[in-house]
Amino acid sequence: MDAASWGLVTATFLACFVEMVEATTIVMAMGFTRGWRSALAGTAAALGALVVTTAIAGYALANWLPESALQLVIGGLLLAFGLQWLRKAILRSSGRKAMHDEDQIYLDEVEAARAAGTTGSGLDMFGFMVSFKGVFLEGMEVVFIVITFGLNADNVPVAALGAVGAVVLVLVLAVVLRKPLAMIPENTLKYGVGVLLAAFGTFWAVEGIGVFRSGSESLDWPGADLVLIPLIVGWFLLSRVLIRALRLPAVAPGGARLAAQEVGS
Amino acid sequence: MRFLRAFGQFWYDFLVGDDWKIPIAVLATLGVLVSLLLGDVLGDHALTVLGGVLLMVTFSTSLLIDVRAGRRR
Repeated sequence: MDAASWGLVTATFLACFVEMVEATTIVMAMGFTRGWRSALAGTAAALGALVVTTAIAGYALANWLPESALQLVIGGLLLAFGLQWLRKAILRSSGRKAMHDEDQIYLDEVEAARAAGTTGSGLDMFGFMVSFKGVFLEGMEVVFIVITFGLNADNVPVAALGAVGAVVLVLVLAVVLRKPLAMIPENTLKYGVGVLLAAFGTFWAVEGIGVFRSGSESLDWPGADLVLIPLIVGWFLLSRVLIRALRLPAVAPGGARLAAQEVGS
Repeated sequence: MRFLRAFGQFWYDFLVGDDWKIPIAVLATLGVLVSLLLGDVLGDHALTVLGGVLLMVTFSTSLLIDVRAGRRR
């Protein structure tokens, strides 16, 4: 594999790994409290729905859009995900948003599962639906990341390989450890993936603007693909500047610790 | 009706997420670039670099607005 393919696998692996850890926490909470039959059935149904979505969306994007329009759609989607991830990472690193905590999420899910009434015999619909929604929602971003990175590099199989590798690794860890994967440095991983998605999204969305000129020819960045390096560095440096500028003091002058100001959800 | 609401909510959460100002910032930037492209004001290289810088500026602005609004709450 060449350097671009390795970059592709790394990006899809990291994005999928983070999302899978979150989905696994939900499925485990349902499995241990509502029963594994409904939790695994919900997971299998969601994975099936994701495969169908990938096939339809991938076919539509690859066959119905001219190259520059594809770049615009791909770039726009990556910016939509990437900038949200980056926003959360900046707010968390500056102390304005609580850190993502898998243990706490697990406890919240378990509490909700216990509070929900029983559904009698047969498949437990609460466990099924929560597992389905958890896996499907977390999986949708991965699906679009795999499709967009894969189509643009003209190598969907390699992009999918990174995602499948992450799924297998998370499943193995979950089966071996039998508890939420709270030891994974999720906040740091999301920060890194956010920077990557923001840089690639910027590159493709701006290139794709060319769809609006006669001939629909993509715009040319100076240095072509090499401009991705300054874009990654630029988004990273901007995030560090914002974290520094927004950082809350840990201790107030009177000695009392300031509560983090929660921004957004 | 409930299904339609849930369907709409899903796509809103998926595409817009926690902060609606970010997609607006992206769309505004791309809109400015399209105007400059159609007006034939700048060449490709200048337009792409301007696009990258504008995305960073509008993202920073939306984040700062968010934090200021959080401070007032």
